[in-house]
Amino acid sequence: MRKVARVAVVVVTKNPLILRAALAVLLLTAFASEAAILPEDRADALYHSYDGGGVTINGPAIQVRKKVGESFSFSGKYYIDSVSSASIDVVTRASPYTEERKETDASVQYLRDKTTMTLAATYSKENDYLAKSMHFNLSQEVFGGMTTVSMGYSRGWDEVGKRDSNFSENTDRQNYRLGVSQVLTKNMLVDVSAEVITDQGFLNNPYREVRYLVTPTTVDWQAEVYPHTHTSTALAVRAKYYLPYRAALSGEFRYYTDSWGVDANMFELGYTHPVKSGWTIDLRLRHYQQNKADFYSDLFPYVDAQNFLARDKELSTFSSNTFGIGVSYEFARGGLGMIDHGTLNLSYDRIQFNYDDFRVAMAGGTPGTEPLYSFQADVIQFYISLWY
Amino acid sequence: MNGLRLVALLSMLLLLGACSSIEPWVKPYERDRLADPIMSFDRDPISSAYIQHVYQSREGARGAEGGQGGGCGCN
Repeated sequence: MRKVARVAVVVVTKNPLILRAALAVLLLTAFASEAAILPEDRADALYHSYDGGGVTINGPAIQVRKKVGESFSFSGKYYIDSVSSASIDVVTRASPYTEERKETDASVQYLRDKTTMTLAATYSKENDYLAKSMHFNLSQEVFGGMTTVSMGYSRGWDEVGKRDSNFSENTDRQNYRLGVSQVLTKNMLVDVSAEVITDQGFLNNPYREVRYLVTPTTVDWQAEVYPHTHTSTALAVRAKYYLPYRAALSGEFRYYTDSWGVDANMFELGYTHPVKSGWTIDLRLRHYQQNKADFYSDLFPYVDAQNFLARDKELSTFSSNTFGIGVSYEFARGGLGMIDHGTLNLSYDRIQFNYDDFRVAMAGGTPGTEPLYSFQADVIQFYISLWY
Repeated sequence: MNGLRLVALLSMLLLLGACSSIEPWVKPYERDRLADPIMSFDRDPISSAYIQHVYQSREGARGAEGGQGGGCGCN
């Protein structure tokens, strides 16, 4: 589009009236097709690092996207998590371990008039877990380009294993998505989305155990038992507002409920501020809160106390708060060789997790009176993006 | 009864008229600010996919995170 515009302007420069008309037509075509366009060609290389609660996970990720013709855009991604874990679960009932997860994604997007279709596949492998999934998304621009309606379906097949054993179980997943993006004013966008996910199969962690009272002062442990189905619904509203001095405010609210009795709310506020000479600063605050699953307990009263037993802190009552900052520098703004422009990005998030009914079992003392668990995590991302 | 039908018919016509009079109120040439990259819900997909994975591995909630969605189903 940029090249076409340059040529057109050069050709008609001598006649101001035609110049104005040509510019108007160019602007109209550029913005009329604003939503129904394929994503830009770009390549990203990311290094990520997570450090918190005795767990460090880091590794690289690479993503490349390229248009072919006017209607197709292909994308490929490779991602690695190198995990070194001495988490509270691990140090309480197992031994620290290291492992690696490798993920490969491929997708193709097809654009026809105001309709975009995406087909994607994901393959993720670690020594005790294999996850394969297929995704289909359809989006349609309506109402003069002010509204985009989208829907999607995903299907996943997981194989759950256990190190040093023949243990093998399967999980099937299905996702249903629905979304509407709406231009509200010249300065404001709103996006509403819903997703229902249903899982069937082996859904707990084969290593994790729950603890129960043997006598008022002693405990023992037994394996977790989860239901074999799990259905969840999430609803999200996102808004983005353009501030008069070229900056953007964003807000998000997400509500979650599931068939295990977990309800959760998430709020996020963001601010993007471009500074002159190519620097952009991002600030974000996030708050998340959930209540426990029906079958979760930090300490069960006796062995086999219920049909289903969980002591996964992900299913407990807890909250998390995040403060994040990102800095981005745009280089080669006039183009450099094959590159149109690029960005260098550094991002840091500090997450605080506070658990309301998950205790530090190793602390000793009377069971059920140990201190409540909490931890902080530092998340760092460094990445380079090139547009071509 | 006839009067009621007439009122109902007129109301429907009015409603239909109201529907057809709603036109896109932000014209394509007024969307330059919305097209600014800072207004994107997903400016750097590689980064947003990563941070979604960070939260999804540690929180009970899942789904409707934006982007293509779906996740990898991994823990």
